[in-house]
Amino acid sequence: MLHIVNKSPFERPSLDACLRSAQSNDAVIFIEDGIIAATQGTVLSDKVENMLSSFKVYALKADVDARGLSNKVIEGIEVINYGQFVELVVENGTPISWL
Amino acid sequence: MKFGIVVHEGPYQHQASDSAYLFARAIIEGGHDLYRVFFYHDGVSNASRLSLPPQDDRHIPNRWSDLAEEHGTDLVICVAAAMRRGILDDDMAEKHGLDASNLAAGFRISGLGQLIEAGIQADRLVVFGD
Amino acid sequence: MAEDEDADARYDDEDSYGDIKKFIYINRKAPHGTVYALESLEVVLIAAAFDQDVSLVFMDDGVYQLKKNMDTNELEVKNFSKTYRALEMYDIDKLYVERESMEQRGLSIDDFIVDVTVLNSNELAKLISEQDVALSF
Repeated sequence: MLHIVNKSPFERPSLDACLRSAQSNDAVIFIEDGIIAATQGTVLSDKVENMLSSFKVYALKADVDARGLSNKVIEGIEVINYGQFVELVVENGTPISWL
Repeated sequence: MKFGIVVHEGPYQHQASDSAYLFARAIIEGGHDLYRVFFYHDGVSNASRLSLPPQDDRHIPNRWSDLAEEHGTDLVICVAAAMRRGILDDDMAEKHGLDASNLAAGFRISGLGQLIEAGIQADRLVVFGD
Repeated sequence: MAEDEDADARYDDEDSYGDIKKFIYINRKAPHGTVYALESLEVVLIAAAFDQDVSLVFMDDGVYQLKKNMDTNELEVKNFSKTYRALEMYDIDKLYVERESMEQRGLSIDDFIVDVTVLNSNELAKLISEQDVALSF
């Protein structure tokens, strides 16, 4: 499955809901305000970095750049464009959005 | 692969309709088949032809209409959600004795069955919302 | 409710659907603060006509959608609570509540207006992994 998280973990517990519902080797992509989770130096960065041991984790470049956070993405999280986002959906089975 | 997209939010208020549009374009550019874009909840407002954003900003309803015109994309808004929120085509306005309709070009109004059908027919259904 | 009857009538023939798909409805928001609870239920009711495999999940504040004894009179909004009880008539009987969400909110199955199956997170993750279509509200 591909889990799509679009809200900031500081705004809403959507990432937590996602993590309770995801299985090993699922893919998770952060989009919109969700990319805030993908950044270094927050109180949640360790938790998000730990996700890398169970999931393939991505962040949408357009949203990272728009928020001025391109140099703050956690290492290991792959920053991708919309074309790659589409291919991610193709490759990872059923998409589920955590709004 | 065949895709369906669901848009839950109106233009400008939430990023959902922007994300959905960019995703829709990427589907088409990637050579995939975009089966339908279904607009629900406030998403029906993406179909208002009365939108007048500033000149230097993107025109969200128009760019959906352009997608329909250029690629034949099926843009459907839910009739129940549209009626609640005042997005009407000519027939509905006339039927209910209202003095105006406002459905943008390229959109059609239909039932929730079209959403379920998109889920059945598409290989992947992606929801953009809040 | 006005329906595009011709378009939907084309699909009255079951065979045109092919294999049945598993649809899951993910409900995570409390009722009334936003419209999502009501409008997601409206999708489920329409979906019943399509004979697919439907599961409803209530997690986070979505568990409140099933709360008994809602009184919306003073709020002057429709109380659509009873509609959850009607789902059974449409053969929609796979309603799941996430245990963690329920317990965090001090609720138990006795608080709910319909029978539900309570799932822990692992069970929920497994259910979700089996789905073909996920509609999140």
